[in-house]
Amino acid sequence: MDSDERLALAEELVTQLKAGNEAESSSIISKLSDCIESELFVEVGRLTRELHEAINEFLIDPRINEMAQVDIPDASERLSYVITMTEKSANTTLGAVEAGLPLADDLGEKARDISAKWEQFCNRELSVDDFRVLSKELANFLALTTERSKQLHSHMTDVLMAQDFQDLTGQIIRQVITLVHDVEDKLVQLVRISGSKLPEKQKDAHKLEGPIIPGIDQGNTVSGQDDVDDLLSSLGF
Amino acid sequence: MNKNMKILVVDDFSTMRRIIKNLLRDLGFTNTHEADDGNTALPMLQSGNYDFLVTDWNMPGMTGIDLLKAVRADANLVKLPVLMVTAESKREQIIEAAQAGVNGYVVKPFTAVTLEEKINKIFERVGG
Repeated sequence: MDSDERLALAEELVTQLKAGNEAESSSIISKLSDCIESELFVEVGRLTRELHEAINEFLIDPRINEMAQVDIPDASERLSYVITMTEKSANTTLGAVEAGLPLADDLGEKARDISAKWEQFCNRELSVDDFRVLSKELANFLALTTERSKQLHSHMTDVLMAQDFQDLTGQIIRQVITLVHDVEDKLVQLVRISGSKLPEKQKDAHKLEGPIIPGIDQGNTVSGQDDVDDLLSSLGF
Repeated sequence: MNKNMKILVVDDFSTMRRIIKNLLRDLGFTNTHEADDGNTALPMLQSGNYDFLVTDWNMPGMTGIDLLKAVRADANLVKLPVLMVTAESKREQIIEAAQAGVNGYVVKPFTAVTLEEKINKIFERVGG
């Protein structure tokens, strides 16, 4: 029904109403509203079909299934493996350091001992017998230094080798980042289909955020130890 | 400062406990013990005559802040010096810890110098 027809009906309605013809008036009103309703039904039908098609298209996207059934469980496994590897590396490094420190301390102590006696010798304060003892100690010390430096070298190599986690975990984490991007794309698509607006994100002040990560809004955080100290001193610490 | 003081280090990650214990040993403190969360730590503190508590915040079981509150609520532990060493760095949290009665707050990642500084400061204040 075009606007000329509607105008004609409206004028006819006014005429009938003025004339007091109740039955005629009602029939014209229902003709007018029928035409509006039928347009509305057509529009709702079109939207429903479009939504249905969009959802179907989304559901038959094989990537979604693959992500849900394979990639995401895989990603959890991969990330757990990252924890395992970094923990192993930290323990190897700590073990090497804990084994190496006493060796270095031992060498330092013995060297301090010998230097005291060496100084006496340089000042000609050492008897011949004492010198014999000192030269024996020196020979032992040199042998010990050779041995200890070999041990320290081996511990340092362990520390060196324990850093290989960085390369491997880096590769794994990069794969997971790619997956997160894919999932994000699909979620955005889903939100677009449903046409809903996301509610404003609420930050929970009591949720533990963990380490500060550059580039991520974690709420009202300090930027380092100096900031913590300033904040505490402003509280009277 | 008494270098023989008995120290409890509480963190759910064993590597972090090892790092802190090593740093403490470098500072001359060798009487160190470990717990992996507040639930394990609290009974140790209650029966173990500890002189100093170093604790993380985010741990499964009982968190560091709950441990701190439990310590302050216990008449025998109310004066125990507590240092928090944690990655939690929101201002609200630092204020919460201060209000709960923490003696020092170190954010991870931290350095050996920072740890030493905070420990010295705590015992200067406690001693003086």
